[in-house]
Amino acid sequence: MIRLDHLSKLYSGRAVVEDVSLTVETGQIAALVGTSGSGKTTLLRMINRLVEPTKGRVWIGDTDAAKIEPHLLRRRIGYAIQGHGLFPHRTVGENIAIVPRLLGWREAEISARIDELMQLFDLDPAVYRDRLPHALSGGQQQRVGVARALAARPELLLMDEPFGALDPVIRAKAQDDLRAIQRQLGTTLVIVTHDMEEAIQLGDRIAVMDKGRLLQFAPPSEILTAPATPFVEALVGAAERPFRLLSLSTVDALREPGEAPGTPINPDTSLREALALCLWEGRAALPVSGGGIVTLAALQARAEGASR
Amino acid sequence: MIAKLFLTLAAALLAALLFTPESFTEVFRPLTHNNAPPIYLQTSLLRLTLSHLALVGIAVTASTLVAVAGGVLVTRPAGREFLPLARTITSVGQTFPPVAVLALAVPAMGFGAGPTLVALFLYGLLPVFENTLTALSTLPPSVLEAARGMGLTRRQRLWQVELPLALPVILAGVRLTAVISLATATIGSTVAAKTLGEVIIAGLLSANPAFVVQGGLITGLLAILIYEAFQRLESWSAHRAGLIRPQ
Repeated sequence: MIRLDHLSKLYSGRAVVEDVSLTVETGQIAALVGTSGSGKTTLLRMINRLVEPTKGRVWIGDTDAAKIEPHLLRRRIGYAIQGHGLFPHRTVGENIAIVPRLLGWREAEISARIDELMQLFDLDPAVYRDRLPHALSGGQQQRVGVARALAARPELLLMDEPFGALDPVIRAKAQDDLRAIQRQLGTTLVIVTHDMEEAIQLGDRIAVMDKGRLLQFAPPSEILTAPATPFVEALVGAAERPFRLLSLSTVDALREPGEAPGTPINPDTSLREALALCLWEGRAALPVSGGGIVTLAALQARAEGASR
Repeated sequence: MIAKLFLTLAAALLAALLFTPESFTEVFRPLTHNNAPPIYLQTSLLRLTLSHLALVGIAVTASTLVAVAGGVLVTRPAGREFLPLARTITSVGQTFPPVAVLALAVPAMGFGAGPTLVALFLYGLLPVFENTLTALSTLPPSVLEAARGMGLTRRQRLWQVELPLALPVILAGVRLTAVISLATATIGSTVAAKTLGEVIIAGLLSANPAFVVQGGLITGLLAILIYEAFQRLESWSAHRAGLIRPQ
């Protein structure tokens, strides 16, 4: 669990972050969203004290972050950034080993951890372990960056626009993988993004920030259906709202008994994709593999956020 | 390929000049008048070359250590205010003529190697200092941010990240300093330092162009070979730093 307690950061009297309090439960993902200059990155960097708070406290579990030496605190917290920041003069394996080495792990343990993480991130250790980062593709570099952040099994992982430099296709895959790995490891994750789509995709809770203030901290469905201020509403995008709402659940949730022609769709398909398929193929219902159907009417009803 | 051949020839010529200077007697004779000796024999060319290289080596090592330390200091938050001062010192060191340094140092240190070392040391600071400064202030910000974020201490960041990544550019500065010092060291012989300048000065005093050409030729060949050696070292370190794709 991580708790931000009335955090503020002032630069020469001007507040960049103003009185932000929020709690992220263990194993949850919190997405910090806002326009540039909203203070979201400063807020994130106060958690591992890359920026020292002017006022307020950060609690990581029962520990007051201000009571630990900054470099020791940072070794306990994973940190992944846009443009990955891999050390260009160190191999992939050495990059992943950085924090475990700082923490004084035994070499055999480090080596096993490198292989384990590389397999987890779909990089064959035999091929990539001894390569320098520049010999990897952008997507691979980004995965190494996240693997490196997770190397010392941190209880908390901070990410600052980690997928910002990736093209859309690789980006979507990276988000899915991150979500799956985060669920598997149970790591608490705070991720900064300017992309509401990404926040909805990843976040268990979304914190919307503007001009240094926290406007709303709520689950994605609530951000979509009950935006706290006009700014939040604008950020969500009125035109996108129904589709984003649908993207939060899978076909499984709307499955009902019945029969429909055509190739069955996977129950893990998002409702948004199911709607797109109905519209594209001009059909009123789609069969779901494993039995049952999902109807256009049900999808439509689910997308009506205003009536809730 | 041609460059390699040229370098091999340069190395072979240098070795021949140093180890069997007598075999060049006929080559240099046309440059002499009135039966003057074509080859400098007062001190062996090999000994002069070794002593020349030792002087340059000591001076370049000293200016490299001081300039890199200075460059590191002024790029730390605590040392930033010393940047203008350090720039002034190194620039003055470069613009103040080495001959003038010799003239000023002799009364204090006496004749010999001392004044030459001081002159070369001062003269060599600027290229290394400026390159260190450039290298350390243009490192990729995301790498530095990641290093801090992962919990490397200041010292660990300097030794494990900043200096290894800055090394190729620093080495380029050392290369300039080495080549400049190699040529400049010859003037040390005006105050009795044992350098190849002795041959050149002997040639000037006895109006014997053969000596001047010998001294100049050996110095020039040394400079070419050292320049090349440093370039190889630089590209090796750049590969190691992952900054250039291996061919």
